[in-house]
Amino acid sequence: MADKTTQIVIAGFGGQGIVLTGNIIARACVMEDKHVAGMISYGVEMRGGTANATVVISDSEIASPFVSKPDVAIILNQPSLDKFESQIAKNGIVILNSSMITRDVEREDLDVVHVEAAEIARWLGNARVANVVALGAFIAKTGILKTRSIDKAIEQLFAKKKAALITINKKALVEGIKAVTKSN
Amino acid sequence: MSEAAIQAGCRFFAGYPITPQNEVPEYMSRRMPEVGGVFVQAESELAAISMIFGASATGTRCMTSSSSPGISLKQEGISYIAAGELPCVIANMQRGGPGLGNIRASQADYYQAVKGGGHGDYRLIVLAPATLPELYKLTQNAFDYADYYRIPVMILGDGILAQMAEPVELTPYKPILKIPKKDYILDGCQGREPRVIKTLMLNPTDALVTHNINMQKKHEKITADLQLVENYMTEDAEVVIAAYGMTARVAKGAIQIARDKGLKVGLIRPITVWPFPDKAMMEVAKTVRKFLVVEMSNGQFIDDVKLAIQCSKPVEFQGIGGGWYPSVEGILEKIEEIYK
Repeated sequence: MADKTTQIVIAGFGGQGIVLTGNIIARACVMEDKHVAGMISYGVEMRGGTANATVVISDSEIASPFVSKPDVAIILNQPSLDKFESQIAKNGIVILNSSMITRDVEREDLDVVHVEAAEIARWLGNARVANVVALGAFIAKTGILKTRSIDKAIEQLFAKKKAALITINKKALVEGIKAVTKSN
Repeated sequence: MSEAAIQAGCRFFAGYPITPQNEVPEYMSRRMPEVGGVFVQAESELAAISMIFGASATGTRCMTSSSSPGISLKQEGISYIAAGELPCVIANMQRGGPGLGNIRASQADYYQAVKGGGHGDYRLIVLAPATLPELYKLTQNAFDYADYYRIPVMILGDGILAQMAEPVELTPYKPILKIPKKDYILDGCQGREPRVIKTLMLNPTDALVTHNINMQKKHEKITADLQLVENYMTEDAEVVIAAYGMTARVAKGAIQIARDKGLKVGLIRPITVWPFPDKAMMEVAKTVRKFLVVEMSNGQFIDDVKLAIQCSKPVEFQGIGGGWYPSVEGILEKIEEIYK
């Protein structure tokens, strides 16, 4: 295809904010006038089970919304790495929440970014923002989306009752970005 | 879809929960009261469809939604609504079957949707959107078709369409048809003769025959008026994929790659699966070498493709029931295999 299309998978435990992360990315895409299609899959599992969200981003109209070979994988826990490592596209990018993943990535072609997402989140004072730390690492590494669009998406998604969480999520995003720029 | 219905003036929704379409009643339960409409979580699917029967008889724009097993339960009511020539919109976000099946996406209710489903000689207009913006637009149009032709309209989607996220511009409703005054509705007969909407026709003995002939005329008119279809790269295509809904979308992805490889492949995507776009299919059949039908079932839609082209060209098949998803890679492989 002539136009650039990126397939992304975000995977972790149910409760780690997988679906929310997908939603933030999708909203940010809308702000940047990109085409986007998102899907979630948590099968019959609930909190504690594995969950994943997939997002397709493109400059042109999206044909298939299915993600079969993700170009980028944001992996928040060990079982998800086991599940998705073999599916990632050749030379794909992997953002790893290394605070919760003990083993190394086996494939040598993958471009792996280690981020202590859970650790950083705890240090920020809310363990639940680990997903947004990883999201920061994702945009810093790939350059697919602008920080400002993600910020705006966070503002929209945490509007009203959850407005108190906007600041911490924005901080988490910044720390995620820093974690990548520091290591490069 | 829910917001599209609200925008189009739907003011009565009755439903019963079933995955993967619970987001629809959930949204309606919140939104309906805001616009002065009525939302009912019915005690069963049968009750829900019967409530639609009643609401429609009062001239109210109304809707119900469900997924495969729930739609099966609604068939009796659908047949009655069709017999009463009442308008309504019914959404089926198909899941794997038969039986309770599973909660993965499917297109295995095709026969049920386009060939009847309930008893008797009746038809539904069946719309098969492939994207969320299209679902939004078609839902609004569905209310117009229903009122204009006095017929139930089904939106035939699947579990993926129901669960995915995609940007949609929530444009205001614009009528696409001039709806005649509803002179059949039951809204109180003070000052006029009472009206009756009935589905039992015993007297005279040929009452039902006449009714069926009238309905048939209506079906013929719809068939002549309303054959919606999308042709994608079919002009010079040697192989054309025939697919509808989500499957057509995945096929498009495969076609784009096939074209990059120099294979002349196109897509014909019925947007109305009843009436089936026979004319457009036949037109493509004139120039194409063969067809490839892709569907999320063991082969139902393929029958209509063969009928439409009167078996004038070979028709290959790729599809599995039970919640199988097509993949771009899988379809591409099949294209390469049959292209030769």
